[in-house]
Amino acid sequence: MANAHAHAHAAVHHEPKRYTGLMDWLTTVDHKKIGILYLIAGGFFFLIGGLEAILIRTQLMYPDQKIFVGDTFNQLTTMHGTTMIFFAAMPLLFAFMNAVVPLQIGARDVAFPFVNALGFWLFFAGGVLMNTSWFLGGAPDAGWTAYAPLSSIIDPDGKFHGVDFYVLGLQIAGIGTLIGGINFLVTIINMRAPGMTFMRMPLFTWTVFVTSILITFAFPAITVALIELMFDRLFHGAFFEASRGGNNVLWEHLFWIFGHPEVYILIMPAFGIISEVVSTFSKKRLFGYSSMVFATVLIGFLSFMVWVHHMFTTGIGAVGNSIFAIATMAIAVPTGVKIFNWLFTLWGGNIRFTVANLFATAFIPTFVMGGVTGVMLAVPAADFQYHDTYFVVAHFHYVIVGGLILSVFAGLYYWWPKMFGRMLSEGLGKVHFWLFFIGFHLTFFPQHFLGLMGLPRRYFTYMPGFGLETGNFISTIGAFLQGLGMIVFLINIIVTARKQKDAGNDPWDGFTLEWTIPSPAPEYNFKQTPLVRGLDAFWKEKMAGNKEMTPAEPIGPIHMPSPSILPFVMSLGLFISGYGFIYHHYIVSGAGLVITIISMFLRSLFDDHGWHIEPEELEEHKGGKA
Amino acid sequence: MAQTHGVAALPAEPEKATLEGKNKLLAFWTFLGAECVLFGCLFATFMALRNQVPDGPTAQELFDLKTVGWSTFLLLTSSLTSVFAIMNMHKGKHGATQLWLAVTVLLGLGFLILEIDEFTHYVHEGHKFTSSAFGTSFYTLVGCHGAHVTFGIIWITTLILQGFKKGLTVVTAPKYYVAALYWHFVDLVWVFIFTVVYLMGKVGH
Ligand code: HEM
Ligand SMILES: [Cu+2]
Repeated sequence: MANAHAHAHAAVHHEPKRYTGLMDWLTTVDHKKIGILYLIAGGFFFLIGGLEAILIRTQLMYPDQKIFVGDTFNQLTTMHGTTMIFFAAMPLLFAFMNAVVPLQIGARDVAFPFVNALGFWLFFAGGVLMNTSWFLGGAPDAGWTAYAPLSSIIDPDGKFHGVDFYVLGLQIAGIGTLIGGINFLVTIINMRAPGMTFMRMPLFTWTVFVTSILITFAFPAITVALIELMFDRLFHGAFFEASRGGNNVLWEHLFWIFGHPEVYILIMPAFGIISEVVSTFSKKRLFGYSSMVFATVLIGFLSFMVWVHHMFTTGIGAVGNSIFAIATMAIAVPTGVKIFNWLFTLWGGNIRFTVANLFATAFIPTFVMGGVTGVMLAVPAADFQYHDTYFVVAHFHYVIVGGLILSVFAGLYYWWPKMFGRMLSEGLGKVHFWLFFIGFHLTFFPQHFLGLMGLPRRYFTYMPGFGLETGNFISTIGAFLQGLGMIVFLINIIVTARKQKDAGNDPWDGFTLEWTIPSPAPEYNFKQTPLVRGLDAFWKEKMAGNKEMTPAEPIGPIHMPSPSILPFVMSLGLFISGYGFIYHHYIVSGAGLVITIISMFLRSLFDDHGWHIEPEELEEHKGGKA
Repeated sequence: MAQTHGVAALPAEPEKATLEGKNKLLAFWTFLGAECVLFGCLFATFMALRNQVPDGPTAQELFDLKTVGWSTFLLLTSSLTSVFAIMNMHKGKHGATQLWLAVTVLLGLGFLILEIDEFTHYVHEGHKFTSSAFGTSFYTLVGCHGAHVTFGIIWITTLILQGFKKGLTVVTAPKYYVAALYWHFVDLVWVFIFTVVYLMGKVGH
């Protein structure tokens, strides 16, 4: 599409092909805009998932209630879990990866801007596809883990397609995530500014690097799992059907071979955010940088060795369980290294409790609690008691909400000025923090005890008179408080969006390269690629008395990739074909795939020569642009 | 990264001459890493289910090593011809590159025809996708490989057609190179399929 004409590529400077308004967002290949798209879409799904959580908690507020029961309740829990993991947490992290990583390594964009846009649109298509199930006969209801054979049950009337939406939605979104991971891996390896050696990379970039490796090697496992489930459901395959020799434990293995690395895919960038925020607001360089890097890599490696801890009660046997128990507990060691490094960074620092740092410091003890219950769960004999109870629910919410989401908020308050040129209100931010933080602990702390008392997870009710009332009631009140916190945050966003741009280049007195350029970053990021002279590149220059980085190149024309509608069209094709599969209209599936394949052809046939921003234009851009 | 060379003088390894080319190569190697996991999971599934045949013929009754041998011969030869293509590309001989790629595609097509023929036989003998877990996992694994071959054939054909118009440049060279890498990978997977599915199916239990 874009640049269908094939000029000789050297001398000619192409007319910048720019769109405005909606077309700009549909065609953008700029990592900063894609970051914002991820943030909006991920935030939207986070609100949907949150609403589902509130409905679940409303049903469980008192014993014996009948607001959402049976199928509806199952659909709520399934959609809550799946939405939160795949369509809220993942894209929110991708938002930061896009908004921050190229800036931190001094690059003008990611390695593959086109693929970057494609990754976003695939994720979005998958998320929308899955959520439309609510209006098309009912949502998936087999749990976010979709264990077979429950998930391979097919409605004989052919009306209810819930799990098909799960399978196809995740498959499409998963491809997007996979190519996103590969893109960031290559970006970090190949696109670093001169002098930015691996051991000078900011810790957030390091964690994204490891997360990208994990994505690359973990996502294909769920791709296969989903293919198998799809074949069983749509084409009457026998992977998980015992009567024809199938084996449903296979699903559990494939799911968790992906699933455990996935939880580390989520938490790694969160570790990175905390490292940046804690050190900036202690005015100290991160304590034990190299041990932090080592711990990150080690956790990433170990995360592939522990998946069976989700299957202790499946019946693998004592030897298998013990091996995986020990491997699991081993992860606590590098994780502990990180915790102590953060504490030592804070120690003796000149601490500023900005909202970002409130979230970051609240993360530390909260995440430790999640880690401790993790180690408890890693004891197989004890896990027979805990498994499938609210104790597990408490554990993973402490690590995911208390770990990941708290750091997402820390990151948002920290990088908001760089993304949008405006500072979020600190006052409203504090209200948001306290409501959310207190609400969080009220919701999930009692669940530990509910679980130990035997309350199973995924049940839609409980009987009065077993001592379960108080815990459940408190838990629901906590959920409401978190909801209030989110409303305050939304108000904060609106208030902030309506005021003048007020953010300087470096509002927090930061250490890393993103703070050396205007807020928001101009479309080419760096007018001149910076020369990196040490770890914490900007801090290093500040200590040497410099106000700016030393450039590594003279000012010259900057090459930019052309915008393209193809990523959107390719994703639309898969989106359409997804419905074709769900409803067994294979002509529709074929048509959708043809749209995608033709777009791929066009992309291959017409090479993008991009366009240039001239030095004169760069001068006009000075100080950032609207 | 401006290329200052003239049109005729192509650098020695044109696929790595630009940052875009280097990115593409690295990304593709990484992608192949992901593909290894993908096929690894399919192999694991097949190994777990390959003797689960409540109904229908078993692997031992079914497989005929002679036809599979021919498929293997065709596909491995096509790997060699794709090497010739890249060697010629490095020498800057665009015509020969295109020609060897065309041979590669033809050999790939031959392989596909044999595979389709083989599958039709099996179905007649009662070995169907739905008949047993063995059937499902067999057709998924081998079929996934077949789909990769098909995609490779279409892809390389597109490159050959593009090549007539665009010639050999630092933009097209990485494309050729990466497609050849893909083709080697697909052949390599076949070696494992030959061993795990066919040889072990015939002799190992
Ligand atoms: C010290 C580190 C950790 C240990 C030892 C650990 C251990 C465990 C174990 C043994 C289970 C299985 C419990 C059961 O089903 O009976 C579990 C479940 C879970 N963990 Fe962790 N974990 C750790 C950290 C994390 C982190 C960092 C995350 C995510 C960011 C996480 C997310 C989850 C989730 C989502 C589940 C529940 C899966 C499900 O059944 O739906 N864990 N953990
Ligand atoms: Cu786990």
